[in-house]
Amino acid sequence: MTTVIRVNDVSKKFSINVNKSLKERLVNSRQTKEKRQEFWALRDIDLSIDAGTSIGLIGHNGSGKSTLLKVIGGILSPSSGFVERRGRLAALLELGAGFHGDLTGRENVYLNASILGLSRADTDRYFDEIVDFSGIEEFLDTQVKFYSSGMYVRLAFSVAVHVDPEILLIDEVLAVGDEAFQRKCLDKIREFMREGRTIIFVTHGLDLVRDLCDRAVLLDHGVMQYDGAPTQAIRMIRDTWDEEAEAEAEAAAEAAAEEADVAEAAGAVDAPTYTPMRISDVVITNGRGEPKDTFSPGDPFGVECTVTSSKLVTDWAVGIKIENHMDQNCYASNTHLMDLQLDPIEGSRRVSFSYESIPLVDGGYHVTLATHGVNGPHYTRVARIKNFKVIDTEWQAGLVRMPARVSVQPIEAPDVTVR
Amino acid sequence: MTTTDFDAPAPRGASAHSLDEAPTTPRVDAVEALPMERVNPPRTFFRGSLKDLADIFRYRELLSQLVRKELKVKYKDSVLGFFWTLVRPMTQLVIYYVAFTIFLGNQQPAYAIFIFSGLVVWGLFTDILGGCTGSIVGNGGLLKKTYFPREIFPLSVVGAALVNFGLQLLVLFAALGLAALTGFQVVPTWDLALVPLALVVCLTWGLALGLFLAAATVYFRDLQHLIEIITLALFWMVPIVYPIVLPINNFSENGNSVLLDLYLANPMVNVVAAFQRAFYTMGPEYTFAGNLWGRLGVLLLVGLGLLWLAQRYFARTQGDFAQEL
Repeated sequence: MTTVIRVNDVSKKFSINVNKSLKERLVNSRQTKEKRQEFWALRDIDLSIDAGTSIGLIGHNGSGKSTLLKVIGGILSPSSGFVERRGRLAALLELGAGFHGDLTGRENVYLNASILGLSRADTDRYFDEIVDFSGIEEFLDTQVKFYSSGMYVRLAFSVAVHVDPEILLIDEVLAVGDEAFQRKCLDKIREFMREGRTIIFVTHGLDLVRDLCDRAVLLDHGVMQYDGAPTQAIRMIRDTWDEEAEAEAEAAAEAAAEEADVAEAAGAVDAPTYTPMRISDVVITNGRGEPKDTFSPGDPFGVECTVTSSKLVTDWAVGIKIENHMDQNCYASNTHLMDLQLDPIEGSRRVSFSYESIPLVDGGYHVTLATHGVNGPHYTRVARIKNFKVIDTEWQAGLVRMPARVSVQPIEAPDVTVR
Repeated sequence: MTTTDFDAPAPRGASAHSLDEAPTTPRVDAVEALPMERVNPPRTFFRGSLKDLADIFRYRELLSQLVRKELKVKYKDSVLGFFWTLVRPMTQLVIYYVAFTIFLGNQQPAYAIFIFSGLVVWGLFTDILGGCTGSIVGNGGLLKKTYFPREIFPLSVVGAALVNFGLQLLVLFAALGLAALTGFQVVPTWDLALVPLALVVCLTWGLALGLFLAAATVYFRDLQHLIEIITLALFWMVPIVYPIVLPINNFSENGNSVLLDLYLANPMVNVVAAFQRAFYTMGPEYTFAGNLWGRLGVLLLVGLGLLWLAQRYFARTQGDFAQEL
């Protein structure tokens, strides 16, 4: 396999000088040294990327993805280590691939193409194609500083893909274009992949990585956490998010309960925070009462919680909702919809939902529980209080996992077999 | 993504372009033929400049684009456009002419030609110096998104300044023609051969200082303002509006030979003196009589050395430009 990019033990240290002006440096020369903050944006990164790979760099904000991309692009030089690569490289970093605001779109196309190493004659040849693809002919002779961010990206992307690069670096730019253009870009990117070009993405759109990339690199605080299959990398990054989200949700639920306690103690039954009910001790189970948080599609599944009411409530129901990482509602129901008439409650009850199987696709999910009157008031709600994961050996897009059997058979010509 | 029989699940994360079965297309083979190049390779102090030079040469097309950009952007949206290039030196010319002949009673013949022959080359030098100083900081947008040899920015400033200089030179020639018609003595001498040499000295020194200032301004933004002031002061250290014989005579009379040497060591003094000797033939007694060939030759060698040092400084700092801006 041909290696097109090799990143050898690259580290990048940033030092932020607080004082920029001469005056400040002279006056505070001693402080300047102390104020100089240093941090490692990248640490000991080793990567070897084969021709024709599309690779996603993912990670939290500030994890060093963009820095790595800039080091590969040669825009930043690493503090130690080095990068090797072959072939022409086009980079789409943040907004605009290096346009000059005072020049018109047309002039910028030529400028940009020559930055990417194209001769004027070559640019002339590609020019119409570039303009066609960008779809902004009417604004071609307008200075780009008057462009909307979408138009900017259209032109930048268009130039970058038409200069025939071996390697394409894309940093979170596609999100700006409208949907039609995004689709056009993605089609172009797929075409690039088929042609065996190498693409490196930096993006927060994890689904994009899953759809497009062969490989993903997960960075955290400049350190490579994982390098391999996109699905696994995405799982890892979502896990850390889920943990944070779960902790937050629990804290929020606790705070709400506390507020309600305060309201109750004060006898302020009219207070907006007052509620007679509490939901606590939420557990996700295997449907038979044993805690479990990772499932395979089709596994039995259950959720249990304790509902406590400080006074007698006759009109009550418990609702449950499952959302995926995109906040898409995957399932929601409540005891009333299930045609259950719950006995009046005072004190604590253990409520348990159990399901024979969980027909969801691979991903992370959040459980929200609530109690409310059958048709009326909302008593209490714990949003995204628990998470669970579904791990599937097979990738399916969408919400619901539907096992399929596929058969392909020749169609017999009617004149041969007449039934 | 291909999804087939669920009884035989595909390996996790497999897609049409998985690592193991990446399709070998002609493109991949073509890439294989390309050399593996190191990005921003570290360069030795001496050999590095040659490689940098080769790099810059590869991007010559971009350089011409950027020169064009430089010229276009400067006069974009202005009604008179390119004409402004001439307005500034002309105004200066009129001001100094009025001040020196009418108010101060200067008796020099064809004094306007005298001023202008010094002013054109001084304008070139200050354009380069001022333009280079801000060239890296001002092009942050390009610099942070793309890679090419960063020297291209200061070089494009030099290119644009040269175009302006060429235009002003045309005006000077027109003025000389006019002077000849009105009876002044305009004779081509061998001193005209000094002009290319003086020009090269001016460019070498301008670019050397410009490269250094361009890189240094990234770290000390104050330099931009400082340079404006310094060029303002330097203007009077160079014999543009006054004949060079005045300071020479004054220094000699007072016995300040050290000060005189210092004054004459200024490369721009020599460059301006050469231009005056070549173009201002109406009053040879007002121009420098010394050996300009030797002086300019030495200055060129020193300038080339400085240029090389400045380029090394520039090359060393350029890796961090993108993060400092």
